[in-house]
Amino acid sequence: MNRCAVIGVGQTHYTTKRRDVSMAGLVREAALRALEDAGLTFKDVDAMVIGKAPDLFEGVMMPEAYLADALGAAGKPMMRVHTAGSVGGTTALVGASLIQAGVHERVLVVAYEKQSESNATWALSTHLPFSASLVVGAGGYFAPHIREYMRRSGAPGHIGTLVAVKDRLNALKNPYAHLRIPGIDQKTVESTPMLWEPIRYLETCPSSDGACAMILAAESAVTGTPAWVHGTAMRSEPIFRAGRDTVSPQAGKDCAADVYRQAGITDPRRQIDVAEVYVPFSWYEPMWLENLGFAAEGEGWKLTESGATALDGDIPWNASGGVLSSNPIGASGLIRFAEAALQVRGMAGEHQVDGARTALGHAYGGGAQFFAMWIVGRERP
Amino acid sequence: MSSDPLVARHVLEFPGGYTRTTGPVIGRFLSELRARRVVGVRTAEGRVLVPPLEYDPATGEPVTGEYVEVGPAGTVTTCAWVDEPLDAHPLDRPFAWALIELDGADTALLHAVDAGDPKAIAPGTRVWPVWNDHPTGGITDISHFVPEVTKIVAPVRTEYRLQAGGALRVFLEGVARGVFLGGRCPSCAKVYVPYRMSCPECGAVIGEPVELPDTGTITTFAINNLPDPRAPQVPFVSAYILLDDADIPMIALVGGVPAHEVREGMRVRAVWAPPEERTASMTSVRWFAPMERS
Repeated sequence: MNRCAVIGVGQTHYTTKRRDVSMAGLVREAALRALEDAGLTFKDVDAMVIGKAPDLFEGVMMPEAYLADALGAAGKPMMRVHTAGSVGGTTALVGASLIQAGVHERVLVVAYEKQSESNATWALSTHLPFSASLVVGAGGYFAPHIREYMRRSGAPGHIGTLVAVKDRLNALKNPYAHLRIPGIDQKTVESTPMLWEPIRYLETCPSSDGACAMILAAESAVTGTPAWVHGTAMRSEPIFRAGRDTVSPQAGKDCAADVYRQAGITDPRRQIDVAEVYVPFSWYEPMWLENLGFAAEGEGWKLTESGATALDGDIPWNASGGVLSSNPIGASGLIRFAEAALQVRGMAGEHQVDGARTALGHAYGGGAQFFAMWIVGRERP
Repeated sequence: MSSDPLVARHVLEFPGGYTRTTGPVIGRFLSELRARRVVGVRTAEGRVLVPPLEYDPATGEPVTGEYVEVGPAGTVTTCAWVDEPLDAHPLDRPFAWALIELDGADTALLHAVDAGDPKAIAPGTRVWPVWNDHPTGGITDISHFVPEVTKIVAPVRTEYRLQAGGALRVFLEGVARGVFLGGRCPSCAKVYVPYRMSCPECGAVIGEPVELPDTGTITTFAINNLPDPRAPQVPFVSAYILLDDADIPMIALVGGVPAHEVREGMRVRAVWAPPEERTASMTSVRWFAPMERS
């Protein structure tokens, strides 16, 4: 398998409504910034991989066809990836696999969402006839699993607010972050209404417009500062399966075990310096701490409570502010992967974790049934 | 003797209206307007005046004979909102007076902008002219300006004919009769509800449906504070309910109990619509209610 590196990262400033650009303009902005970071132009890229969440979000069928021009894909291979909320992560992994397999030397990966063009909750709750199930949007879907986590682990109720505050404080250090709430504290979060109890308003992610892009390169085509890919893994599992653990899905555990094995990681908490993990509802931090092996079962919330996952903790999670601070859904996974790369390249700016050498990028999607992860490092594997 | 003052209406209007000899510069501007073009005139210093003037206000020198087409779009430099238009105003609805610097011009033109809402216009807003249907050579040949198109609405509507799958039909016809039908995997023995024809775990073909009790246990739940057309009120509880003898929970509404009294592990029973109201749809199950209360 050939080595693969991230040599360019480009992001748009995430915000509620990007009224000034079309979808094409949005993805191009991220793509050009990634190319600029790598010191390259579209001419230097062999193929484009684009990811986004369901077409129903913007009502554009097969957006990859419409966006080929904006991404300089004329005469080049281009493909679209879709794995619900994890799609950004999967897009990066598909791009990496094209490098690792020796198919291409340089690949542009880009993912986006322009949530302001419609309403994601509407798109996720279309009320099909003959449905035997009561589906009430993403928050309504995940709230019961959070409640079950709280029951199993005995976690006190304020843990969710700690994460909601921590990630938003980190966001104040990230110029691209959407939600900026100076002075946010536990009281602020607790004063917001319960939307899907036990999930409060400020314990959920915002709805954002934005795009993120990366340039991936084979070893012979590296320019600038590389973040080396040390492991990649994807897993999925059926949403309806008897005995499925919806709090800590087996697919997530298997995916983590696979990516750690490739990267030689046996103790994630000690060996990983910074993690960008898909946490769209604050309680998913302690839940994924356990699912990803950073804490024993039932102990994740203690790690959160101890401050270990804060920017100045021993294992910072979501130094960028995470999905809780910026959520252009299709791009949210790719942003995690890109932020992991920025950290090991030493290019994360004010939210840089000092001396970060090894970072985890993580995304999940659907009913916590699709997982995508990578480990990137400063050193060549 | 009346104390009323002597009052009379008096109109002073020159019959037929005054004429205004335009001179060559203003005349050219108005002629171009009649042809639906906007021109400015260049000054000796190179600035483009729109509307044109005969003498450069900066120097007092005559302007050059060079006319420059500008616009048609421009940028608002400042504006004032008119909430209650007067009879003489160009629009009969609230509008903005705005100074508009047309593209290519160095000065701004005063005109009306039909922005609809005061929030829709500010310095920097891009505007385009709407032309009068019958231009005559006057500034009102531009009826008014409107904000630039920045967004369109793209209605998408796809109508499907949806047929319930064979397995789902079996389940829903059971619901119409007031029973829940599940399926037992012959290989792993797990009981799936709603009834399905293959096991998602091992892929084995599932045979005849089995009737399940309409009682079960709440495994976990959410209290939803956002309204939903399928719930009678807010807050409502959506719960994972593991029917007795089943191995996978169903998501359903919980009723007959205040939301905050619902607990994990609570025993519940389906509350069915009266037989005459039941159809092959989940609306035949009103909700699940605690057994100790029902």
